[in-house]
Amino acid sequence: MKQRTLTIGLVILFVALAVSAQFGLVDRYIQSVIMLMGVNIILSASLNIINGYMGEFSCGHAAFMCVGAYVSSILSVLLFADNPFLGAPLLPAYLSVVLFPVVALIGGGVAAVSGLLVAIPSFKTRGDYLAIITIAANYIVISAVENLEVIGGPRGFMGMKQVVRAMDSVAKLPWMVIWVALGAWFSVFLIRRFVSSTYGKGAVAINQDEVAAEIMSINTNKIKVAAFMLSSGLAGVAGALFAHQYGYVNAQSFNILKSTECMVMVYLGGMGSLSGSVLSAVLFTLLLEVLRPLQIIKWVIVPLILILLMQFRPEGIMGNRELPDFFPWMRKFYRFK
Amino acid sequence: MALLEIKNLTQRFGGLQAVSDFNLRLEGGELMGLIGPNGAGKTTIFNLVSGFYSPSEGDIVFDGTNTRGLKPHSVTALGVGRTFQNIRLWYDMSVLDNIRLSQHYHLGYNVWDCFLRTPRYMRRERDIDKTAWEMLEAMDLKEFAQERPKNLPYGLQRRVEIARAMSIKPKLLLLDEPAAGLNSADVDGLIKLIRWLKSEFPITIWMIEHQMKVVMSLCTYIKVIDFGASIAEGLPEEVRSNPMVIQAYLGEEAV
Repeated sequence: MKQRTLTIGLVILFVALAVSAQFGLVDRYIQSVIMLMGVNIILSASLNIINGYMGEFSCGHAAFMCVGAYVSSILSVLLFADNPFLGAPLLPAYLSVVLFPVVALIGGGVAAVSGLLVAIPSFKTRGDYLAIITIAANYIVISAVENLEVIGGPRGFMGMKQVVRAMDSVAKLPWMVIWVALGAWFSVFLIRRFVSSTYGKGAVAINQDEVAAEIMSINTNKIKVAAFMLSSGLAGVAGALFAHQYGYVNAQSFNILKSTECMVMVYLGGMGSLSGSVLSAVLFTLLLEVLRPLQIIKWVIVPLILILLMQFRPEGIMGNRELPDFFPWMRKFYRFK
Repeated sequence: MALLEIKNLTQRFGGLQAVSDFNLRLEGGELMGLIGPNGAGKTTIFNLVSGFYSPSEGDIVFDGTNTRGLKPHSVTALGVGRTFQNIRLWYDMSVLDNIRLSQHYHLGYNVWDCFLRTPRYMRRERDIDKTAWEMLEAMDLKEFAQERPKNLPYGLQRRVEIARAMSIKPKLLLLDEPAAGLNSADVDGLIKLIRWLKSEFPITIWMIEHQMKVVMSLCTYIKVIDFGASIAEGLPEEVRSNPMVIQAYLGEEAV
């Protein structure tokens, strides 16, 4: 029973979130901050697989987010919204509630396949060289999207608000809050299962000594493909949620700055620490919002905090450890296994 | 059928011929020594056998399978365990995880099983756990299971590395200078350990070693190489008095 405490706590949290959004206890602004938090949790936790557990240096995480955002947006607009290019909705509005998770997962799936763009070069390249490849991948994806006139090119793509409205026509619920919360939970859940299995720990072995890993019968290429695909797939899911939350996507919102933001969250939370990633995503989102009144000075203070962090706590907030390592009483309720 | 058959093995790195026309046949059950001066190509031969390099010429047939073109992890899965001259443990994970991870060769589940926690996954993880604990128990490492190897003394790290190589249940165990960097008490312990391994498990051991004490007291047969070519072989006593060997080690004038 005690092992289930975490699940029960999460369910209560989610229900509380949904209820307070439903009855207007929290306004739209706070809702959007909460949703951004959820998206950021997915991004930082999924990038942690690569940069933290596997010890590679991926600087193009936003590229996969972009793929997921566009694929799912196009699909959902095609199915549930009226669009000058894609025509009238193909399916009745009531199906949108059921099919939205499927659409988001398809976005994630395509993003996972696009992750091969980085996974395959990673067989032979490592470290700085792979980092350059990931940056290149980021640029390739963005330029490709910007030059596709069919999906709006540099003007971006919209119409997802209609999809959300279609969901609202079924039942008036804060749908996007619910989907983001579920998406974040789903992502962390998958990652936890991956990195705690003997299979996934192969990624940590690659990080610590790739030669030894290969000699000790770990199929390093297979593990790299799995890790990159999982990571980019979840980034794709994050992109899908992000796109539907704002109702509008533009390739430039997934440029190298967004990738940098993802990296900042990973290093802030601690490499190879899943709870650290979640924590830092929440803190980072809050920090950006709290500092918003400072306007442009914000972009002086946030990097300054980073510099100080790297100086005095280079391992990040959690540094390779999980919450129960700091608070042993948590073990009673939650096992990282 | 021989356990390991190496035929006309040659390895070139650019203009350098690191191994030339090396032949070896292990029937199984031997404790073979490979010695030679520094830079003779001993580790290169091990790297070839474990699939790390693909030979320029010649064939390596392990247990009936030609290993040409196989990736190191597949060669290992055939039953070739090895240790490294400079210990290469995963220093930042527990000793237990080090042992568990070397069972990737018979993981028996795929990535979907690990997301879904299928019965197959649960069963396999339990088995892996059990095997790892048995290995730790057998190798007398149980009390260090949760330690990180980087915090262990060198002698124990060596032991962990051998335990890790043993947990892939090898038919052939390659030990690359297992006594390097050990003090004399540790060397005695190592000799005992290798004897015990040999008696306890059905394995063939092939080791590179510089310390004559280890080689002479353990190996039943020794092969000597210099500049990549085999110069002598035989029983320990024969090799020790072979003028070619003395010349290779000590230089021309010593003979």
